[in-house]
Amino acid sequence: MALMDIRNWKISGIAAAVPRNVIENSDYSVLSALEKKLLIKTTGIERKHVAEKNQTTSDLCEVAANKLLDRLSWNREDIDLIVFVSQSPDYYLPATAIILQNKLNLSSNCLAFDVGLGCSGYVYGLSIVASMISAGHLKKALLLVGDVSSSTVSLFDKSTYPLFGDAGTATAIEFSENSSGQFNMMSDGGGFETIIIRDGGIRNKVSKESFDLKEIGEGISRRDLDLELDGLEVYSFSVSKVPPLIKVLLKETNTMPEDYHYFVMHQANRLMNETIRKKLKFTKEQSPYSLKDYGNTSSASIPLTICSELSGKVETENQKVLLCGFGVGLSWGAVTLNLDKITCLPIIEV
Amino acid sequence: MEIEVFLGKIKAEFNEDYDTGDLGLDDNIKNMEWWSSMHALVIIALIDTEYDVMLEPSQMKSANTVRELFTLINNIKG
Repeated sequence: MALMDIRNWKISGIAAAVPRNVIENSDYSVLSALEKKLLIKTTGIERKHVAEKNQTTSDLCEVAANKLLDRLSWNREDIDLIVFVSQSPDYYLPATAIILQNKLNLSSNCLAFDVGLGCSGYVYGLSIVASMISAGHLKKALLLVGDVSSSTVSLFDKSTYPLFGDAGTATAIEFSENSSGQFNMMSDGGGFETIIIRDGGIRNKVSKESFDLKEIGEGISRRDLDLELDGLEVYSFSVSKVPPLIKVLLKETNTMPEDYHYFVMHQANRLMNETIRKKLKFTKEQSPYSLKDYGNTSSASIPLTICSELSGKVETENQKVLLCGFGVGLSWGAVTLNLDKITCLPIIEV
Repeated sequence: MEIEVFLGKIKAEFNEDYDTGDLGLDDNIKNMEWWSSMHALVIIALIDTEYDVMLEPSQMKSANTVRELFTLINNIKG
């Protein structure tokens, strides 16, 4: 268990961008009418925003970052670090963060690198940036987090296609002597096949067979280049591993659920998230959802939910929050921190 | 815990959308016309919430009837 108390950093602003294109799950022809009703009731996902063919995660993050930097009036020359967390980078190489350093007109003195994580990625990204800022040498950073998951799911796979939406986010982080965040993070590679794209890496290079559409079951056909997700295993992992992680963090920070204004979970699906919420005894009012209109937006879901559901609160008052991400890897983590009158932009449609 | 109460909870979970009136203790629920993998998730969540028992995916996959699920819950609870 990786428990860390990282001092001298704070979040100064958050922005999230989604594609303008909206797809309604009620229009998804692979499901029967009753299946659609059950899907929407179970997952809470009615619609999602889906990228156009040439629209990438970095395009969405770039828009979010530009709007956020303008609103914060940060001098771009002052940004020392840019970290891009995603599982849908622009290229195999170079790192997308370096491309974004140039597109955002940041200084070449800026450190830039990618982190390949999904649903836990926001919390992990915060821990990395916070650790680097905490030392005091770097003063300002951008954490760019998101995924265009629609490009990795098969239209003919009812177990993945209706779930995932696309989004890119930007979080501005800076050195601050009076602020800190407490993290608890874990990993279990024994579950690496629970959520996986089998082909396209070095282990299984792209071949002619990678493009074969295979029928796995009723309503589930996909290629080895498409995302594969074992729903029962994901559920089992999430509801059995996430609550103990958070209970340890609560104990270590000597806090109780009622001490937090908000408990912002990765937006996986409503059934799973509600089970976790009830186990931890957070109230419905403490646990915002953005699933209905945006679906599961992978690593972007926590900052997107803050922007879509909490912007009025976090811009005007100090809000003590507990953020928690969990998923592909398997990987999970949580952080407690204060969002004290931060800049939080409304969702940007691109 | 009464097995009939458990059966009633499963019927209640789905009867808004499906005809679950004929579902018996020894019927294979996975052979029901309306069954899908999403129903398995819903049942796991129901058991977790109502009985504080978290079934492993392999256990859910191997249990086919309400009676088998009920036996599993009792075995886990000891």
